[in-house]
Amino acid sequence: MLELVDIKKSYQQPNGDALPILSIPRFDVAAGEQVVLVGRSGGGKTTLLHVIAGITRPDSGQILFEGRSIEGLSEAASDRFRATWMGYVFQTFNLLPAFTALENVLLGMTFSRKPVESGRASQLLDRVGLGDRMQHKPTAMSVGEQQRVAVARALANKPRLLLADEPTANIDTANQQNIIDLIRETAEEEQISLVLVTHAMEVADQFDRVVHLEEINELATQTSTAATTADDL
Amino acid sequence: MNLFSIAARSIRQRGLASVLTCFSMALGVTLMVAVIAIHGVVNESFKVGQYLGYNILVGPKGGKLQLTLNSVYYLDEPIENIPYDYYLEFAPQDQREADFEHSLQQHAHDIHWELTRGMQQAMGTSLSSGTAGLVTQLATTAVRLDAEQSLPGKRVGQFAGPFTFLAIPLLLGDYYESFRVVGTTPDMFGTMKYGPSADRQYEFSSGRNFKTHSKEHGFFEAVVGSVVARQTNLHVGDKINPRHGAVDGHAHNQPFTVVGILDSTGTPNDRAVFVNMEGFYLMADHAKPVEETESEEDAEEDAGDDHEEAFDTITPLPIEQREVTAVLLQVDPIFSVGLPNQINEGPVAQAVYPIREISKFFGTFIGPVLGLLVVITLMICVVSGVGILVSIYNSMSDRRHEIAVLRALGAERSTVLWIILFESLILSISGGLIGWTLGHGLVACASPIVEAKTGVAVGFFDLAPALPPYLPISPELLLVPLLAILAIAVGLIPAIAAYRTDVSQSLGK
Repeated sequence: MLELVDIKKSYQQPNGDALPILSIPRFDVAAGEQVVLVGRSGGGKTTLLHVIAGITRPDSGQILFEGRSIEGLSEAASDRFRATWMGYVFQTFNLLPAFTALENVLLGMTFSRKPVESGRASQLLDRVGLGDRMQHKPTAMSVGEQQRVAVARALANKPRLLLADEPTANIDTANQQNIIDLIRETAEEEQISLVLVTHAMEVADQFDRVVHLEEINELATQTSTAATTADDL
Repeated sequence: MNLFSIAARSIRQRGLASVLTCFSMALGVTLMVAVIAIHGVVNESFKVGQYLGYNILVGPKGGKLQLTLNSVYYLDEPIENIPYDYYLEFAPQDQREADFEHSLQQHAHDIHWELTRGMQQAMGTSLSSGTAGLVTQLATTAVRLDAEQSLPGKRVGQFAGPFTFLAIPLLLGDYYESFRVVGTTPDMFGTMKYGPSADRQYEFSSGRNFKTHSKEHGFFEAVVGSVVARQTNLHVGDKINPRHGAVDGHAHNQPFTVVGILDSTGTPNDRAVFVNMEGFYLMADHAKPVEETESEEDAEEDAGDDHEEAFDTITPLPIEQREVTAVLLQVDPIFSVGLPNQINEGPVAQAVYPIREISKFFGTFIGPVLGLLVVITLMICVVSGVGILVSIYNSMSDRRHEIAVLRALGAERSTVLWIILFESLILSISGGLIGWTLGHGLVACASPIVEAKTGVAVGFFDLAPALPPYLPISPELLLVPLLAILAIAVGLIPAIAAYRTDVSQSLGK
């Protein structure tokens, strides 16, 4: 379903020198597969997710999504592709404070090429246990509730691939398992491939396939220290 | 969720800043609408002067503008007067003859009275009726022979004829409260028409036109303009005593009876009181100072001091004692080209084209001032627009993350650019619409005062008039397109900043 081949990515440092972050000869995710990606902080996990999502363009290499090469898409086409086929759950939720929970979920469909279904948005909020909080704004919700809204938003456009970047890092332990269960169950129900990044081994241990970044990224070890100065890559 | 609602929600999120920005734009537009309305009112109030149904104005030599202002708009003080017999040069033959005949009769009466008194004194007794009749006959014959040569009323009608359709005299100088009292003939509202095509008949909301002489009120009838009637609460049947020479001048004893209230015409005539010319002449101090005779004294006493029972005994003032302030001429357009030159070359009067004088005055003085005001208010709107720019731009640093989230959700760069432009458009246009409403509310509140002062009524929904040839439509119709252009211009800078937002840097985790 997803294949990364010879992906290389580096950032430019303030002194003009290149800082290599990723060098991934190969990384695959099968359709409907749930993969957890673990690694030290600054090892390039977030950069890898950004590269897969098309938010960051790789310097070289190929990304195949259901057999279609997407790394060469124009920026606008890449945005549309992401909006239509991918979902993204952020560590910091990234809900928009001006919008209600329902509207935040609707935003997950707004930019896709699929029709906006407010019924699905309501259903998703019901499924994450927030059916009675639809008209509440994020500021009126707990962090656990906010992350649940973020999960619903990521699923709103019926994605084929769900990317989750440390989705439990900012929430209390009581809610962590709920969120992980929610993501895994909904991904399974909707046959969505999942790539979940975490540094919490108790989370990683629940997945059948655990990938250590160091195993796939040739630069993970050498960049983990330097990258902490580059906005936590 | 469409882009417009995303932009609107973002504006709501920055509530106070958005309200203040919008209010600043609203104030700018309020000022602009008010200035455009003032421009329109001034423009219209001068333009309606062109709709009075005449094309040439004849008055004493002097300032053309002054003549126009006081005769068309009843503003400013009259320059001087011209002799009545000069007016007769424009009058039709029957009127000239009637006036001349009346003048002869007056002279014959005076001479008869002088001869009779002289003979009575010489004979020491009163004359028999036969002798008195003979004296009258002799006097009339003598006067006719002499007067036909010397009386100024014997005019040939130099400027009368088939091309002079109408000549209406105006007599100014008196006031009723703060409004001008205008002496004229019934033709002013009977024969003359008004309006852009000079085809609208003057109508009376109550009563009728005044008459040259009526059984009930003699020579002393008046017609009141609509604004005057409203402001002074005058009704048909009321009596008015004009004040001589100034608003605070002495009141004439002779009252005029209001016989008609004019319908609103939107012309300066709404703001004046019109009295019968014959009655106007008969008021004290209105006769041209000539060698006094007892008959004149009698006439002044009769007319000036007392009252309505004396109507039958009062006779009109002789024409040599009459003057007019101006003559309104409706002449054939072809004839009107040469006529003013002919009049201006003579020693007595000048002729002006009122429309030309009004246009010149407007173009030289009023237009540039109003234009400057419009420019200033446009600049205020631009400053308000810059306020929108500053407001949105300042919010950009806080909103980079929000924009990055939208981008991560799949919004293209052009999409976030449009969201910011929509914000600018919403702030500008809603501010503009609020400003338009406030501006028109302001104008509507001031409308009664404006109408009283200028004769131009402005309703809440009345748009400012077009400004041909520069602008064939109301400038207010350009408000929304101009604000949209302004919004896009000022929104472009923050929109480009949004467009360039680096998603991965601004997104964080």
